[in-house]
Amino acid sequence: MSETGRHEDVPEETLPGERETAHEGAVATAENPFADPGLPPHEHRAQDIDDRAARRSERTVALLFVVSMIATVAFIASYVAIPIEQNVYIWPLGHISALNFALGLTLGAALFCIGAGAVHWARTLMSDEEVADERHPIEAAPEVKAKVMADFAQGAKESQVGRRKLIRNTMFGALALVPLSGVVLLRDLGPLPGNKLRTTNWKKGVRLVNQSTNLPLRPEDIAVGSLTFAKPEGLEEDDEEFAEKIAKDALMLVRIQPQNIKDKHELSWSHEGIVAYSKICTHVGCPISLYEQQTHHVLCPCHQSTFDLSDGGRVIFGPAGHALPQLHITEKDGFLEAASGFEEPVGPSFWERG
Amino acid sequence: MSTGGAYAAFAPADKAQADDTAQSLAIKEGKKLFAVGCASCHGTGGQGTSDGPSLVGVGAAAVDFQVGTGRMPAQQPGAQVPRKKNIYTNAQIDQLAAYVASLGAGPTVPDKEQYSPDGANIGKGGELFRTNCAQCHNFTGKGGALTDGKYAPTLEGVDPKHIYEAMETGPQNMPSFGDGSLSKQNKKDIIAYLGAVNGDESESPGGLDLGGLGPVSEGLFGYIFGLGALIAVAIWVAARTTKAKKS
Repeated sequence: MSETGRHEDVPEETLPGERETAHEGAVATAENPFADPGLPPHEHRAQDIDDRAARRSERTVALLFVVSMIATVAFIASYVAIPIEQNVYIWPLGHISALNFALGLTLGAALFCIGAGAVHWARTLMSDEEVADERHPIEAAPEVKAKVMADFAQGAKESQVGRRKLIRNTMFGALALVPLSGVVLLRDLGPLPGNKLRTTNWKKGVRLVNQSTNLPLRPEDIAVGSLTFAKPEGLEEDDEEFAEKIAKDALMLVRIQPQNIKDKHELSWSHEGIVAYSKICTHVGCPISLYEQQTHHVLCPCHQSTFDLSDGGRVIFGPAGHALPQLHITEKDGFLEAASGFEEPVGPSFWERG
Repeated sequence: MSTGGAYAAFAPADKAQADDTAQSLAIKEGKKLFAVGCASCHGTGGQGTSDGPSLVGVGAAAVDFQVGTGRMPAQQPGAQVPRKKNIYTNAQIDQLAAYVASLGAGPTVPDKEQYSPDGANIGKGGELFRTNCAQCHNFTGKGGALTDGKYAPTLEGVDPKHIYEAMETGPQNMPSFGDGSLSKQNKKDIIAYLGAVNGDESESPGGLDLGGLGPVSEGLFGYIFGLGALIAVAIWVAARTTKAKKS
């Protein structure tokens, strides 16, 4: 190794007799401290002066291209030969699809070998002579500039745009109005939300249906320390707008010993200790249900907002700005149902929420 | 003590007369094991102390889960009691469970038929898992963090019986999912789903699953190793080639 990088030993008789010196270089002096030193002396690669090394490089490049060809053939062969459901165990990937693995490996090899061959070709065989190419000035020549200005003035005169004011003014009018059509199309961004942000499908008398079993919930289904997810009766998973509606209606039900409920209002809205809270975080609307049954805390996985379900859904940590909305529930004919809708908008805050 | 004592005195007495002698023998043996391994925290009658909750009514399933996964007896107090090597034999766990079950009615240890994947709907199980479990245990049951040092443990390598019992009893801070919340068939489906995505033989057709933690870890891997490899190749392409020199 030297200060100019890695060197490869070659027999002396194949080296050029005289090393080229730096060309067009100048040495910095007191009068001209920023003199251009020019390019460093060119150094030859082994392949430039040793034909055997050059042939070795040629064979390497050709070998890479041949490997690429074989890999492409192997890609087609594996596509034809390997059944799609076959699995293999490959360390450290685990049990994976044999077809995916073979296709990925062969196509990867085919593309990589083309690239590697091209790079090796460029680095060892293509010319590596440094060439200096001066930049052209960006500014056009003065006579070109003068011609352009003259052409413009003549065009303006011949079009009579200064004289025929009617044409000029109507043209400006037309050009000013045409973008309005684009502005009007912005209306297609959708109808305004109306009261959708404030209302859900919960209203007085709607039964709570277990989201997992699809059966109406009875108070005895909900044990102390359990967690159950509920949807409003009548909302089915194959409804066209199910995803849109459950995004607001999702409810989590937990049962807390009534003496452990700290908030009096929460207690009055519960049924025998069963409390129903919106499952949608009041920060940015992630579904939250990381419920810890001993602390009654609910954690949002997105930004770690934490709510206390034994204290009116109060925010005890994190960026959420509002307590979790509680649904007033009651029992009728042995089933749980809503005693009213949500009294405040569920989910994240919005401008006009108040 | 008085409540636990009353339970210990009356409840098993009724049971012992109705059951065969093998059962009452198991309760007796279990009581001895309980006195040695559990009573210091849960009280001599399982009534609970300031160091451990009452075990009246937790049922045999809770004992089988807690002792079978090595969580109980707990080594030390902390945010959460971790899973560790189980020190009891199956017969001893059954005896302990019989004793605790005799303190008050609770969930029983499930039968093999209840948690075997036969007759389960794996697709429905995935849906149920994502609705009820994935918020804490992650999409394929790899676990995740909770508050104040608590965490939802990974479900990898957990006996299906213990998963069933955990759903039924709600150990530590996990809420329980009784039959009113998740039906027996729901639980079976969930266990079959976990077996399909998180078992020793579960398949990952796309290749390396990077822990199955979701898009954040996959993106991070792509940025660090994918971009890192591209930068390394770019440096190699532009590097100075080997020069000839006199030998």
